[in-house]
Amino acid sequence: MSVSVERMVKVFERPRSLTGAHSTYCPGCHHGILTRIIGQTIDDLGIVERTVGIAPVGCAVFAYRWYRCDALQVAHGRASAVATGVKRARPDLVVFAYQGDGDFASIGTAESIHAANRGENITVIFVNNQVYGMTGGEMAPTTLVGQKTTTTPDGRDPALFGYPIRFSEMIAQLEAPVYVTRQALFDTKRIQETTKAIRKAFTNQVERKGYSLVEVLATCPTNWHMKPVEANRHVAEVVTKVFPLGDLVNRG
Amino acid sequence: MERSVIIAGFGGQGVILAGKILAQAGMDHGLEVTWLPSYGPEMRGGTANCTVVLSEEPVGSPIVDEPSALIALNLPSLDKFEPIVVSGGTILVNSSLVDRGVSRRDVRAFTLPLNALAAKVGSPRSLNMAALGAYLKASGAIPLDVARQAMTHALESEGKGKTVAANVQALEEGYNAVP
Amino acid sequence: MAKRVLMRGNEVIAEAAIRAGCQCYFAYPITPQAELLEHMARNMPRLGRTFVQAESEVAAISMVHGASAAGVRTMTSSSSPGISLKMEGISYLAGSSLPAVIVNVVRGGPGLGNIAPAQCDYFQATKGGGHGDYHMIVLAPSTVPEAGELTMLAFELADRYRTPVMILADGMLGQMMEPVLLPDPVDPAALPAKPWAATGAKGREPNIILSFDLDPEGLRRMNLELQARYRTIREKEVRHEETETEDAEIVIAAHGTVARIAKSVVRMARAEGIRLGLFRPITVWPFPYEPLRALSSRVETVLTVEMSAGQMWEDVRLAVAERAKTPFYGELGGVVPTPKGILREVKRHVG
Repeated sequence: MSVSVERMVKVFERPRSLTGAHSTYCPGCHHGILTRIIGQTIDDLGIVERTVGIAPVGCAVFAYRWYRCDALQVAHGRASAVATGVKRARPDLVVFAYQGDGDFASIGTAESIHAANRGENITVIFVNNQVYGMTGGEMAPTTLVGQKTTTTPDGRDPALFGYPIRFSEMIAQLEAPVYVTRQALFDTKRIQETTKAIRKAFTNQVERKGYSLVEVLATCPTNWHMKPVEANRHVAEVVTKVFPLGDLVNRG
Repeated sequence: MERSVIIAGFGGQGVILAGKILAQAGMDHGLEVTWLPSYGPEMRGGTANCTVVLSEEPVGSPIVDEPSALIALNLPSLDKFEPIVVSGGTILVNSSLVDRGVSRRDVRAFTLPLNALAAKVGSPRSLNMAALGAYLKASGAIPLDVARQAMTHALESEGKGKTVAANVQALEEGYNAVP
Repeated sequence: MAKRVLMRGNEVIAEAAIRAGCQCYFAYPITPQAELLEHMARNMPRLGRTFVQAESEVAAISMVHGASAAGVRTMTSSSSPGISLKMEGISYLAGSSLPAVIVNVVRGGPGLGNIAPAQCDYFQATKGGGHGDYHMIVLAPSTVPEAGELTMLAFELADRYRTPVMILADGMLGQMMEPVLLPDPVDPAALPAKPWAATGAKGREPNIILSFDLDPEGLRRMNLELQARYRTIREKEVRHEETETEDAEIVIAAHGTVARIAKSVVRMARAEGIRLGLFRPITVWPFPYEPLRALSSRVETVLTVEMSAGQMWEDVRLAVAERAKTPFYGELGGVVPTPKGILREVKRHVG
């Protein structure tokens, strides 16, 4: 059976908002999926010409390379404050901060909470993989109890290092945020759910509704010392017990 | 000619405002002026003071080693600043609160019951303006009219327009109390 | 004709920033610069501009980073302990070639110190302070009117050289009042365009603003470009003032508040027949090495007077070398040297 090329329909391509630059993420890491979802969202909303991305310090430090939009690379933990500055200066821009767990929920704690509390009309993507990937696999604020990292070689002991922080639940206590949700990427259903959440978080901003936060549970096969499939299963079976999925605030 | 005045008293006696009005009046009179407050927690109840310099030429130092005049609204202020007033300078003491006179003999001393003068015009809190009026007369630094306008402007811009009449009366009362 | 108004230094700096076209101001309260913040809080919103009281100094300077990257004139202000916190963001601004104005109304230190006037942050302002090989232009006003003029200039220089610029004031300058003629407002729409800014990649390639290059060769190039810009600044932007130096046998070198006090000392000394002059750096970075070098070959003594333990003194000695004696007189901890105190020091070094 022969198929005519003219009759072939392209069903999948790289979002126009992505540059196609070579990825610096490890095999099996979820950052790549998330990057694609954000690129697709920017395409779908037709906002690439007025979007500004804020890249953090951490594995996503190169995030400015992936998108065909203006971007800043900023100090560790300050992405939400810098996003505040950009957005206040030019309210017509669509501003998103892309931050890891160390950036958003540890060194940037004050900036993260107060940007949310002011109800800044920005979109924050918070990638929670329970480990410091770029610096070599140290403990993150979200590291699970008992989880071994290079700075908790015997596993995280709450008596010494406290418990994994449920930061989105803290943000959800505030009056101002319009959308706070926790999503994951370990199977196609979750990827579809995350896509919807990201779209909503950007749409809220375009519609001037206010602050939206999408926390995404992600894998780090390299520093978890797991194969990608095993890492996916770990998120589904273990991580989601500590960080339950779903909307925490939805005032849209 | 350069004149420098230290106005000192308890926080709440209005020394900062009196200094501002003196500086404003000096500027309105065409002089160069500086106004330097003591600042910080002491403004909320302890002692407060400010230094005003009035000059025909640009003012160099806004802090002065030897002020040409002292307005002491309470005893600690007199104790603290009496020794540094320049020889031949002026010291004005609020005898309503200070139970001693000026001990130096090389200065012009004026002892006036400022609280009583202010109370006499029905505005006991205006003792700072009575003090200012007395200083204007004693020094001849700025005409009374100019100060009256500066005070009106200052009070109105601070949202205290209602107090203008009483404060003007106190200013004049102080002015007239100096022979 | 414009009318003189009596204003505090802090308020004049704030008002000058507004007139310079500052669109976004971010800060955190601290004494002795609170009046600056309050003036902005009262006036920026009614002009349709941005005032945000930030959660911290770190956040405030990061907001400045964002607003500057978006291409608007922006400022933050603080006092010594708060400026220490801003150092992270200042380094990022310098590394990202972003213009911004930072005001330091210096108070006594180190640590919590006190709220009295001081000049003990000179090193921090002029020699780096944050990490990396960078400089800020640092302007040191001596009077309240000059604080306004230099604030206007700070925005110009920041944009021209794409660099953070600091106004190095002190608690006395911030708190005192003097008559000022406020400058005419700049029309923000008439300012030169910033084609590098993050304003949305419409009809052009994306603008990426960063202080980051993992490749040492790349980061070296970025640093060389910064250094080239600093050379241009050193060539073109040195500012200083000399008072009665023509026939001087001794000069005081002082900046800011101390310099204006020293002007009184010049008058007092001249009245006693001492040929005293004053050398006042207006830019403390770039420091006026050449003019001071030239002057030092004509005088016997250059007496540095500071409200510090001798920070600018190091620059003075670099400029003077062995051409003149370089004694030092400093007051610490928020104590302000008085005219008599300075004159006493001058007399120790003449005759």
